[in-house]
Amino acid sequence: MGAAQVRDSHEQPAGFIRRYVFSTDHKVIAKQYLLLSLAMALVGGFTAYLIRWQLAWPETDIPGWGPIGPDNFNAIVTMHGTVMVFFVAMPFLLGAFGNFLIPLMIGARDMAFPRLNLMSFWTLFTASVVLTVSMFVPGGPAAAGWTSYAPLSDNYIYTGVTWGQDLWILAVALEFASFLMGGINFLTTTLNLRAPGMTLFRLPLLVWMEITAAVVFLLSVGPLIAGALMLLMDRKLGTSFFRPDGGGDPLLWEHLFWFFGHPEVYVVALPGFGIMLEVIPVFARKPIFGYRAMIWSTIAAGLLSFVVWAHHMFVSGMDPRLATSFSVTTILISVPFAIIVFAMIATVWRGSIDLATPMLFALGGLATFLIGGVTGIFVGSATTDIFLHGTYFVVAHFHYTLFPVTFFGGFAGIYYWYPKFFGRMMNETLGKIHFYLTLVCFNAVFIPLFLAGLQGNPRRIYEMSSYDFLKPVQPMHLIATIATIGLLLGQLPFVINFGYSLVRGKKAVANPWQANTLEWMTDSPPPHENFRTVPIVCRDPYEYSVPGASRDWIPQTEPEPAVLATAAAE
Amino acid sequence: MARRVRLWRTCLNNRGTAATVLDHLLPINVSTFGGDIDHVFWLIFWIVGLWFIAAECILLYSVMRHRRKAGAVAAFWRGDTPRQLAWVLIPAFVVLCLDLGIDYAGASVWERVKGNAPASNIVVRVTAKQFNWIFTYPGPDNKFGTADDVTSENDMHVPVGKVVHLELESPDVIHSFFVPNLRLKQDVVPGRTIRAWFEATKAGTYEIACSELCGFGHYSMQGNVIVQNQAAYAAWVRETWPRSTAASSSASSKN
Ligand code: HEM
Ligand SMILES: [Cu+2]
Ligand SMILES: [Cu+2]
Repeated sequence: MGAAQVRDSHEQPAGFIRRYVFSTDHKVIAKQYLLLSLAMALVGGFTAYLIRWQLAWPETDIPGWGPIGPDNFNAIVTMHGTVMVFFVAMPFLLGAFGNFLIPLMIGARDMAFPRLNLMSFWTLFTASVVLTVSMFVPGGPAAAGWTSYAPLSDNYIYTGVTWGQDLWILAVALEFASFLMGGINFLTTTLNLRAPGMTLFRLPLLVWMEITAAVVFLLSVGPLIAGALMLLMDRKLGTSFFRPDGGGDPLLWEHLFWFFGHPEVYVVALPGFGIMLEVIPVFARKPIFGYRAMIWSTIAAGLLSFVVWAHHMFVSGMDPRLATSFSVTTILISVPFAIIVFAMIATVWRGSIDLATPMLFALGGLATFLIGGVTGIFVGSATTDIFLHGTYFVVAHFHYTLFPVTFFGGFAGIYYWYPKFFGRMMNETLGKIHFYLTLVCFNAVFIPLFLAGLQGNPRRIYEMSSYDFLKPVQPMHLIATIATIGLLLGQLPFVINFGYSLVRGKKAVANPWQANTLEWMTDSPPPHENFRTVPIVCRDPYEYSVPGASRDWIPQTEPEPAVLATAAAE
Repeated sequence: MARRVRLWRTCLNNRGTAATVLDHLLPINVSTFGGDIDHVFWLIFWIVGLWFIAAECILLYSVMRHRRKAGAVAAFWRGDTPRQLAWVLIPAFVVLCLDLGIDYAGASVWERVKGNAPASNIVVRVTAKQFNWIFTYPGPDNKFGTADDVTSENDMHVPVGKVVHLELESPDVIHSFFVPNLRLKQDVVPGRTIRAWFEATKAGTYEIACSELCGFGHYSMQGNVIVQNQAAYAAWVRETWPRSTAASSSASSKN
């Protein structure tokens, strides 16, 4: 602790490039991540539209695109998954919010390694460029799914994709490198640069979740980086790590991929939860219920996430005797999440709830995530997964986990911290319209897809007219597609709100929501090195509605009065 | 249409519309183990369904009930004493117990479906390749790799009420053999022979879909399991299989 305070206060660099492009200021870098993730979200959303249009109205030209063939379709599905997970969810939740908030919330002047921070952003930027370029090379983009199972991804003869797949591997590897650097920075910063008095158990939960996510990522990605290298060597140098004809094993790739892939879900989910957990107490005017229980549950979920990967492989051909043990670990992981969710509900209970836009998104995210959580039990049981694996049930399930954390959580974060990011308030009416459109349309997309999955509708299917058993499912795809269009159009109020508020929004005061955490104890937006004077932390982050206090919030920097002692004693 | 009686239906005395809707949630099951899988499904369905509804209702109620009003003050609960935390930990403990119950119920069914198969003398080799299904029967000599092997493309004939063994192989990429009505799914991995089995309970044609992305033709890897009664199956064998072990290599099927 305290290293940040010893460092000299730097002047803000003068030139435009040093200030806004190759900046080492975590706040500028956070905005760059935000911009990049929102730009990539356009790609992710557009590919979702293409997929959905094709499934509702096969044989038609897609407005704004044209006809689509089965090989394009696979490529588009691959790009959608890759973009959404690696280039939207991670930059948004870790890159933008983690970068912006960790230093501010712990009372530091910047990240521990500002130049590494700069490098991690530009590595991600390069990765995004590589992925985008890969969509236009001869042979087309990667088309083996975001999971890139070998040997489909291993030899161009199976897909006809040459450069596209190589560039995909390169893009993903660069993305991993970027978040490795970012994760090291998150961790070092949190451990070393906390303001005086900011003990680990006074950290806001978002910080806990960001660093747990960073650690989970650091520990899980190594094997997959090796795997990506092996895949590239198979493709380029004629090795055969994953090729059975050369003695390799396709299942090795699945193990390496999912050893990373499952923890990755938590890398995305935890920060999303973290955002909801910052928003809920402020708008319920109530302390987090079970702060420490949340932290221990987070850590437990992080640890358990390393021993569940083979639940993606129940019917893969691995030894069936392994399945039950992975079912047990998988279903066990629902326990820490149950604690977190129940504690969130308990935080809301008997609060004084203001349904402002950030709160709507946080509660909406919690309510929708619950569907993702409970449907996980169906696919976590090896027995029922025999039927459900690889169907639209899985697609609906993981969208119900990833979408709430990425977008409900992410939007809650934007509406909540926008004043801190940009110094202005967003428009509430547009925000509420945005929320209700998103909530209704999102559910209208994916509930029908659950039903399709229960009929056995396989995923990654270009067109299903050759199957009789899928005829009754077609209306579900129609509803899902119409709702997708609604969902995408429903983002317009957000885009308008975001842009309009930048120039016309009401000027924000330092602490518009009357919140306690340190980022609100400085100007909106914060000055170059965040705090005029280093904050001294005196108390827990969620002291709302403390009995006997003069107002219903007590900032973390406020010295401990005798009041609290009596409140605790009663 | 006579359907298998399911666990949940025995709980519901009369078949209301809700029950009819639920009845159509899953496709008709026609395998001996499919009913067991469905039982586990409905067990999970009711357990998590009730928890889910309870959680959503409490959340919704508390948001409605505790909307901000002038003068009202939020409760000050940190949930850090064992007594308060019990409100969270006890439900979580119940979740844990129910979870373990689900795993316990599932484990024996898994063992039945994916563990050692019951004995049988009907073996079909399933070759999944880009982009169709080849079914190979050992022919009258009951040995694969001999001249009297019989192959059929995309249609697999099997008798009803008999255990059928499958040997799944792929020469190219991973595919997945999925027959929704049989509740049977098994990936087919190049480089290995993976065994699976089923016993169909009802004659009919049931579609096979590939459920692992295998290339641009993945969507079109449609096949059929043609479950026939003993007589029809015997007739099919008579028509398409070579007559004796003294095989004539030209006699394979022309499907
Ligand atoms: C805008 C709303 C979204 C819609 C309408 C949507 C739609 C879809 C659909 C229909 C598929 C299945 C394609 C198929 O199997 O044929 C799919 C796949 C997928 N989606 Fe989304 N999605 C959305 C948002 C997201 C988000 C936010 C994420 C993650 C953060 C995500 C991650 C994925 C992944 C990983 C896949 C699997 C890709 C694959 O099979 O290789 N999607 N999406
Ligand atoms: Cu997983
Ligand atoms: Cu396939």
